[in-house]
Amino acid sequence: MPDFGALLRGRPRLRAAVLSQEAVLLLALLALLLVVGLINERYVAERNLMSIALAHAYIAVAAIGMSMVIITGNIDISVGSLIGVLAAVCGTLANMGLPIGLAWLLPILLAIVISGSLGVLVAYCRIPSIVASLGYLSILKGGLIIWTGGAWITDLPENFGLALQRWGGVPAPIWAMLILTALAAYWMRNSRTGRAFYAIGGNAEAARLAGIPTQRMVVLVFMLNGLFAGIAGILFATQLKVIQTTVPPYLELTIITAAVVGGVSILGGTGTVIGSTLAAVLLAAIGSALIFIDVSPFWLRATYGTLILVTVLFDLHRRRLQQRAS
Amino acid sequence: MKLISGSHVHEKILALMLIIALTVLSMLTDKFMTVANILNQGRLIAEIGLVALPMTLIIVTGGIDLAVGSVLGLCAIVLGLAWKSLGLPLGAAMAVAVAVGALAGCFNGLLITRMRVPPLITTLATLALFRGVAEGLSQARSVRGYPEWFFFLGQGEIAGIPVQVIILVAMTVLFWFLLAKTTLGRSLYAIGSNEVAARYSGIAVDRVKVLAYGLSGLMAGLAAVIFVSRVSTTRSDMGTGLELDVIAAVVLGGTSIFGGRGTIVGTILGFLLIGLLKNGLALTGVKGDATIVVIGLVLILAILASNLVERLRDG
Repeated sequence: MPDFGALLRGRPRLRAAVLSQEAVLLLALLALLLVVGLINERYVAERNLMSIALAHAYIAVAAIGMSMVIITGNIDISVGSLIGVLAAVCGTLANMGLPIGLAWLLPILLAIVISGSLGVLVAYCRIPSIVASLGYLSILKGGLIIWTGGAWITDLPENFGLALQRWGGVPAPIWAMLILTALAAYWMRNSRTGRAFYAIGGNAEAARLAGIPTQRMVVLVFMLNGLFAGIAGILFATQLKVIQTTVPPYLELTIITAAVVGGVSILGGTGTVIGSTLAAVLLAAIGSALIFIDVSPFWLRATYGTLILVTVLFDLHRRRLQQRAS
Repeated sequence: MKLISGSHVHEKILALMLIIALTVLSMLTDKFMTVANILNQGRLIAEIGLVALPMTLIIVTGGIDLAVGSVLGLCAIVLGLAWKSLGLPLGAAMAVAVAVGALAGCFNGLLITRMRVPPLITTLATLALFRGVAEGLSQARSVRGYPEWFFFLGQGEIAGIPVQVIILVAMTVLFWFLLAKTTLGRSLYAIGSNEVAARYSGIAVDRVKVLAYGLSGLMAGLAAVIFVSRVSTTRSDMGTGLELDVIAAVVLGGTSIFGGRGTIVGTILGFLLIGLLKNGLALTGVKGDATIVVIGLVLILAILASNLVERLRDG
């Protein structure tokens, strides 16, 4: 064994990069591909790799917004239901004969309004985000059942399938995931607002005293969450020829798992959207791996649950070490 | 405004709302105010009440337990498998299921106290974990064919009253006594008001918290046994979304989501109001699943109202 410790000593930036959550996730992903690929080489066939990335592209997009919300120290457990509602709205609008661009765009605007109102409840009415979004979850989920009665939306227009399109051989959702992750990562790192999100999550009172309009920022972060959930909703709606108007079970949990496993600290203040996207892909890779190594897919959720718990414990441990060091 | 200045304000307002809801519902449909309907409703919603009792203790400490629905699902599966696959006598399998519930609750409590993971995150993670284990163990197979005597808990009655309603009443008295009359109850309030102060005044904060989460798991296990007995089958998706009804009942009952305040009487009133709304809506033709819209609205409005009352009082 080469002495990695010595290699890293005195090189703080290298050390930080190697020990970052993103690097850990990338290594985990590569290790998974290598090990399962050795057991069954069809796992690493281009076809399967593409389907892994495709399967969770919309989860990754939603996890960008969720990461921002969690970075400010809040949470939104209503996004799963929101995505279900948006998919139904999108399909209904398209079937009403609206121009297809509008059918894609209007649900996104609706999502921004809905999530923004949730942000108002959290920021101005002081309802904890977990409770407010629990309320929204049931209003959206129940509303969807009342509205559609659970019927599928079929006979969609020919050009409806945005998520089925391929640009340069790569499916559109993967483009969306890559581009949005890059943009959001740059914006979170360099914009004044992005830094403000980190500041609020780190210490809301200090952020307020430093002149950050914390309440407005919280509403804004929920609106952004709506934007990404909206895009995710459209990608989700347009991936098949029909839309099932039920909320995918535990979708919000998968999205939150991606954000948390991606290194977004549940206590707020740290984490990146690159991490959450890597984690979303890793989760899909785990799901696919279970099939290839012949483990029942019914164990998938238990795997996710364990992963989220381990990551949180690791994060808390790391924070305590940092506190002791400083 | 004598109503908002006296003691037990919230309970008074709730009781008033309850009477209004009762009156409106009995005017809307004559099917509502029948003994048969009310007893049958008690049968259907008793599980929510059983889990809402320990949830009150947890929220009073300033915590939350989102995993109750998953614990219920896990216990139901454990009950079915312990009996059918392991071949345990059904009575023993019931005990094992309740014990697994208590262990699951203690696991949450230990993560929260030993590892200092916030309750919200702990129970969100174990919501996924416990449901996942239930799904993994059951492999989507349901367990049926329970013996006749087992259905007494969920389908039987004593003197015309559903058995689970009697259990709920007994448990309510027990939890009311625990929270209102014992040192443990006072400790729960102290922790919720100011945890650091509670610690310095010699309260075994961690032990009390683990106990509260353990009780939550235990009651979810008990609710699971009753649930399985009521519907005669075991499935891994049992109890999905239970946390919503339970938290709504507790918060509607006036327990502050920030801890330190709340009563069992309030929780039971909140629970009855939610049961009424669900049933009333169903009778006026709203589909079963859709009633959660109202629960969600009620949850948000209840907190808004109590925040407002607080602000008015503080002047």
